[in-house]
Amino acid sequence: MGELAGLMRVFLDHASTTPLRPEAKSALTNALELTGNPSSVHSSGQQTRALVEDARDQVAQAVGCNRSEVIFTSGGTEANNQAIKGLFWASGKKLIISSPLEHHAVIDPIQWLEQNQGAEVYWLKVDRGGQVDLTDLQIVLNARASEVALIALMWVNNETGVVTDIPAVTSVANKFNVPVHSDAVAAFGNVDINFASSGLSTMAISGHKVGAPIGVGALIVGRDQKPSSLVHGGSQERSLRSGTLSYPMIASFGAASAAASADLDARKTRLLELRNELEAKVLVKLPNAMVTVANSKRSFHNAHFIFPGAQSDNLLFLLDQSGISASAGSACTAGVLAPSHVLLAMGIEPELADCSIRVSLGHSTTKSDIDAFVSAIEAAYPVAVLEAANQKAI
Amino acid sequence: MSGGVDSAVAAARAVEQGHEVVGVHLALSRMPGTLRTGSRGCCTIEDSMDAQRAANKLGIPFYVWDFSERFKLDVVDDFVAEYQAGRTPNPCMRCNERIKFAALLEKGLALGFDAVCTGHYASIESDLDGNLELHRSLAMAKDQSYVLGVLTQEQLRHSMFPLGATASKDLVRKEATERGLSVANKPDSYDICFIPEGDTRDWLKEFVNSEPGQIIDTDGQVVGEHDGLVGFTIGQRKGLNLGRPAKDGRPRYVLEIRPKTKEVVVGPEAALEIAELAGDRFSWCGKAPENVSEFFDCEVQVRAHGDAVAAQAAVIDGELVIRLVAPLYGVAPGQTAVLYLGTRVLGQTTIDRTVSAAASIV
Repeated sequence: MGELAGLMRVFLDHASTTPLRPEAKSALTNALELTGNPSSVHSSGQQTRALVEDARDQVAQAVGCNRSEVIFTSGGTEANNQAIKGLFWASGKKLIISSPLEHHAVIDPIQWLEQNQGAEVYWLKVDRGGQVDLTDLQIVLNARASEVALIALMWVNNETGVVTDIPAVTSVANKFNVPVHSDAVAAFGNVDINFASSGLSTMAISGHKVGAPIGVGALIVGRDQKPSSLVHGGSQERSLRSGTLSYPMIASFGAASAAASADLDARKTRLLELRNELEAKVLVKLPNAMVTVANSKRSFHNAHFIFPGAQSDNLLFLLDQSGISASAGSACTAGVLAPSHVLLAMGIEPELADCSIRVSLGHSTTKSDIDAFVSAIEAAYPVAVLEAANQKAI
Repeated sequence: MSGGVDSAVAAARAVEQGHEVVGVHLALSRMPGTLRTGSRGCCTIEDSMDAQRAANKLGIPFYVWDFSERFKLDVVDDFVAEYQAGRTPNPCMRCNERIKFAALLEKGLALGFDAVCTGHYASIESDLDGNLELHRSLAMAKDQSYVLGVLTQEQLRHSMFPLGATASKDLVRKEATERGLSVANKPDSYDICFIPEGDTRDWLKEFVNSEPGQIIDTDGQVVGEHDGLVGFTIGQRKGLNLGRPAKDGRPRYVLEIRPKTKEVVVGPEAALEIAELAGDRFSWCGKAPENVSEFFDCEVQVRAHGDAVAAQAAVIDGELVIRLVAPLYGVAPGQTAVLYLGTRVLGQTTIDRTVSAAASIV
């Protein structure tokens, strides 16, 4: 049991945030040397404006969209809120279609619209493999397409890594002329994304998942889309997102996006091998363990386990004490782990959902990280199982 | 670490003594009406953040451990059930007995720790044979040995109370300031932690099925009515709303609560005098006194912030029976009687029955 400082940490929680990429760091520090509001007309402003526009090109290239479709935001949550509320308000319609597997940054704005703005929500059926039932989508659109304000479905699930077939979603939705928003925060940097060919109307991405600092992201808004604005002011960003542009953060985001896009194929090959090795080794060492969604199409960066009989919080505690940062469900405000709404929606029994661990790999992950995890979980699992049994016995 | 100054300083001292310390905040709240999917009651978030700030300052890891279900089951439900049965429970005692020095301690031991360290004002001492004893703290005004009276020898062996030898809370606050702990001037908490407004009677109304009934005197005469037994406590004088004054014109007090017949019995102050207490849910704090089947001299304390009074105690037919040398006023079943010998805590019992001084004369 070590103290916070001075520990060599093994960081296997890249889905929560990933280390700053060197390119992003130098873009940030270089930009910090400059002075100028990117919206000013003078040369100082033009200088920082150039950084913003360079970054816009980099992001546009990384996600395959037109540069004017990139709306910089403070991050993924803001981008999701802007898309969902903005499309809803602009549509004049009431029905929102989404899935219970979404991140809270999507579920909560939708529920807010339901509770405060008269929205009606249709939550699509999902299966135990963490996949959305597209037949259900087809059925509800056949019946009620004219009432639908938007469809919101994530590209990659942040907990399980399961990939949604977005082109299949949009090919159904576009026939009915219904806009589709996708939370691509967990997808960006991990799967090939091409906004132009995706059929999406809007798409949310976040900087810190690809190696930029926390606090910057973007909403990609198709040229033909006119969502209502969430933040009014100086009319920056197509008048959708007012507020002085944070050119250092945006420049850093641009650099990280370019780097994540450039090394995607190589990283995918390398990390897929490590992820498969990790899963195989864990299953050999701990035959009780389960890979939660072994048979679904999922991203290479995510290994999601269930360790029956061992509660997540105990496992995370023991792993943390061995110097390993991993994750379970989303932590709530007070730091208490609640069973994952994603796993519960998939139909996984609460007792098992309570025993899940997400290991997520990223650009800095090495084989020794994987080995460290395997030996730490091997030691932690029996302790956590014993602890759970003890608590039941008291 | 509750988020208060005492546990923060206790943790700081444990760190300074060279122990490997991990800060743990217990999530105990399951307040109704604050639910978002997957989230919990929010009334302790600020406290949790304060605790985390202190842990950060000390450079120790910090975790929130969720005992809310256990707490609900073992403390809150017990609290409600005791009131429902007409008794006056002490939930802090139950929390120490079932959560802090049971569930938490067990979890700590299972996860590789040796002890639970808290900011309680009490001292653990060892006799010549290595038996552990619980004693009052040096800071008499803050002494919390009463609420720790439920601890057994084995629990004491895995407990640390670093504040026991500190002369006053002011010194603890001063030390917190010197250590740069932001909770140094945080106000003390007095209320029951799961009753946010501090109004026990009002809170209980939601949980306890309470029906109107009669208020009677010791002769069985109906002297008034009540709209529910909830919140009546033995010794209570105010809020009885009795229509007729007593024959002797003197104030009347709650003497007894009878859940089965929904009756509240009132009578003169003298009838509150209790000569004997007894209960079969007793335990010894550390080594049991020798030959407990014969009455031995001790002192007894029946409230967290009350004085200890002279008594004799013995275990008779499986019950810890405590005879008071001078009568005590208004002791209610459900309260805990803690036995002391000087500063040492001998043991405790939950009071199941009392014998009034008047009855014992008869």
